[in-house]
Amino acid sequence: MRSEMKKLQGKPSGQKDKPGPEAGQPIIVDVPKGKLAIIKERCKSCGFCIEFCPKQVLEFSAETNAKGYRVPAVKYPDKCILCGFCSMYCPDFAIYQTKNKEK
Amino acid sequence: MSCSSKSNAELSNGVNDINKHPLDKFIRQDRMPHIWCPGCGLGTIFNGLLNAIIKSGVDLDKVAIVSGIGCTGRIAGYVKFDGFHTTHGRAIPFATGLKLARPDLKVIVVSGEGDLFSIGGNHFIHAGRRNVDLTVICVNNSNYGMTGGQCSATTPVKAITATTPFGNFEAPFSLPHIAAAVGAVYVARWTAYHIQKVQSAIVHAIQKKGFSFVEIMSPCPTYYARMNKLGSGLDMMKFYKENTVIQQEVELKDISITRGGKIVIGDFVDKDRPTFNDLVDELTCRFTGAPLHKE
Amino acid sequence: MEGKHFINGATACAEGAIVAGCRFFAGYPITPATEVAERMSERLPHLGGIYIQMEDEIASMAAILGASWGGKKSMTATSGPGFSLMMENLGLGIMTETPCVVVNMQRAGPSTGLPTYVGQGDMMQARWGSHGVYEIIALAPSSPQEALDLTITAFNLSEEFRLPVLIMGDEIISHMAERVIIPALDKVKIYPRRKPQVPPDEYLPYQPDSDLVPAMATAGQGYHIQTTGLTHNEKGYPVMTAEAHQKLVKRLVDKIIVNKDKIIRLEEENTNDADVVVCSYGSSARIAEWAIREARAKGVKVGKLRLITVWPFPDERVRAVAKKIKAFVVPEINNGQISLEVERCAGGQARVVSVPHMGGAAHNPQDILDAIMKAVK
Repeated sequence: MRSEMKKLQGKPSGQKDKPGPEAGQPIIVDVPKGKLAIIKERCKSCGFCIEFCPKQVLEFSAETNAKGYRVPAVKYPDKCILCGFCSMYCPDFAIYQTKNKEK
Repeated sequence: MSCSSKSNAELSNGVNDINKHPLDKFIRQDRMPHIWCPGCGLGTIFNGLLNAIIKSGVDLDKVAIVSGIGCTGRIAGYVKFDGFHTTHGRAIPFATGLKLARPDLKVIVVSGEGDLFSIGGNHFIHAGRRNVDLTVICVNNSNYGMTGGQCSATTPVKAITATTPFGNFEAPFSLPHIAAAVGAVYVARWTAYHIQKVQSAIVHAIQKKGFSFVEIMSPCPTYYARMNKLGSGLDMMKFYKENTVIQQEVELKDISITRGGKIVIGDFVDKDRPTFNDLVDELTCRFTGAPLHKE
Repeated sequence: MEGKHFINGATACAEGAIVAGCRFFAGYPITPATEVAERMSERLPHLGGIYIQMEDEIASMAAILGASWGGKKSMTATSGPGFSLMMENLGLGIMTETPCVVVNMQRAGPSTGLPTYVGQGDMMQARWGSHGVYEIIALAPSSPQEALDLTITAFNLSEEFRLPVLIMGDEIISHMAERVIIPALDKVKIYPRRKPQVPPDEYLPYQPDSDLVPAMATAGQGYHIQTTGLTHNEKGYPVMTAEAHQKLVKRLVDKIIVNKDKIIRLEEENTNDADVVVCSYGSSARIAEWAIREARAKGVKVGKLRLITVWPFPDERVRAVAKKIKAFVVPEINNGQISLEVERCAGGQARVVSVPHMGGAAHNPQDILDAIMKAVK
């Protein structure tokens, strides 16, 4: 898909240069049965993930992204049950997860 | 890209490549970030819509999103499906023409309450009457957000908007009431907070034959919430959490939104009747011996 | 249905659409176009097509655009009041480059006017009725046979140039019955929809070919098309800049102007040896035939320039003819609309005599004859 996107990013008229997907590398955090990932540059500090996490795993960090939004951080990774609420609520596709493959 | 079953497997077993968001491949990355404000419910609803489309098992090459004008209408431009961004209020008749020409497509109309029920009201009632096989998703944020927060047909009484600076005095619609009254076969209302219910309602609406309607209440932090001192998008999501009540058996005419009152949500109608396509097929069979399209 | 028939213009128009491959009709009843809808409602079920009576003309126009994106040739038919309602979505069709045919059987206006009587007062509206900057193709049949033939032409032009094409008929043509020959399907040239020649991941929905017209994918084929009424780039993505707008709108305009020679159709008689040329269209052109014959019988050198396509207007031809004649006579059932175009192009080289009629009836042919006799002095 990346090569397809690069081709499309050719030179359509009026298209400003946008940071490509490479700029949005996720920060990956291990949790008991999988991983959480946060793509800082996408976050707009809505607070949904932090508020609706049933285990209060997330908090606002002191860090801001390039647009000045405070991004979430994983405060208590060991409490994460991979319920998926943060992923489901995020309006900007900035936080998501994976379960580890069953052995 | 007929990868719905593979994506579905990923989503249902929760195992995916952690280096990219599992929904990224269904979104036009060269149009991101989207235009919606921080705290707007549309991003969450868009997230839920994508999950629902994949979970429904439909062939992704056969999905067509038809939208109108407004913040919600921008969804058609963000999806890596066939997307048709039409004129204000006219998504439903456009979608009707598309669906009738191509019964094999899964046509999903996604638009705001102003687009679907004010300027588009006439088209809504007739598509419901005809039971055109469409999934209609209405994001209701109680105002016209794109143009600066003017009142809409669902603005609660006494609410302040850009064109009701002294408080709205018009009675608002109950959208589920209209949908049920015109014969929609599936009618549900949820909120952006109830995102899992939103997903399952959309899955059901997509899989169901006939005119299916899902209303989703959504925060508009920049206009409606600000003008009515309802806080941020998050505050409104918390409001939905605390002030909604699920009631399946209810008089639909009584569930328009009131300021500060409880919002009644639920699956209200779920029935079956012949669709417009079924009836056209019956007519065509009489002359040609075959329906227009086999299921 | 092949062969000779005695049918009216509305019915002939419907039959022409069917010959052209139209299998989707969405419309709303309105005099004097209703018979087009009625004929389609009877015929399409036999052909595996769909007739749907929409709730209004706005919906009708939207539905035929949707059906076209689904791959079906589609048409609607209306008269003045409905034509006004269709204008916004006509603009959507132009902006998204959606092939379809819109028939206006004109009646006397403005407003509700005389629903059952002729008018030709929508000719400028055909050109300028939708907001913004664009070009349009409009054809004016002068007989039920032409109503059939030009509907086929309209479908072909709409596919070739990717835009809605108008049939500007009128109540007289719609309701008069004459002999009409419906051609055999294999004898008719149908312009096929121009399909993409590249795979989906290389396809740009609004990247034009050398004739300024892009190839058109349809929904459900894996091309993941994007269309929008907003100003857009080759990908179909909205781009909110003056540069993008200039580039797109210039191409939408140029694709018609540059290809004018393929589009313009005229019927000319004796224009190379004339003092007066009667320039007309639709039913007025039929009435004018008597006046032209009578004037010639009186020894007046009268030529005929009948506009089969009214838009794009044949600027060059009118300019060329103007240099050699004394006057144009332009009878039309309105207060002078196409006469303004003739005047513009004549550029003072020839006088332009408008023969207006507010509507409700055809001209008394004597009035046209009198205008010719006066013009030649």
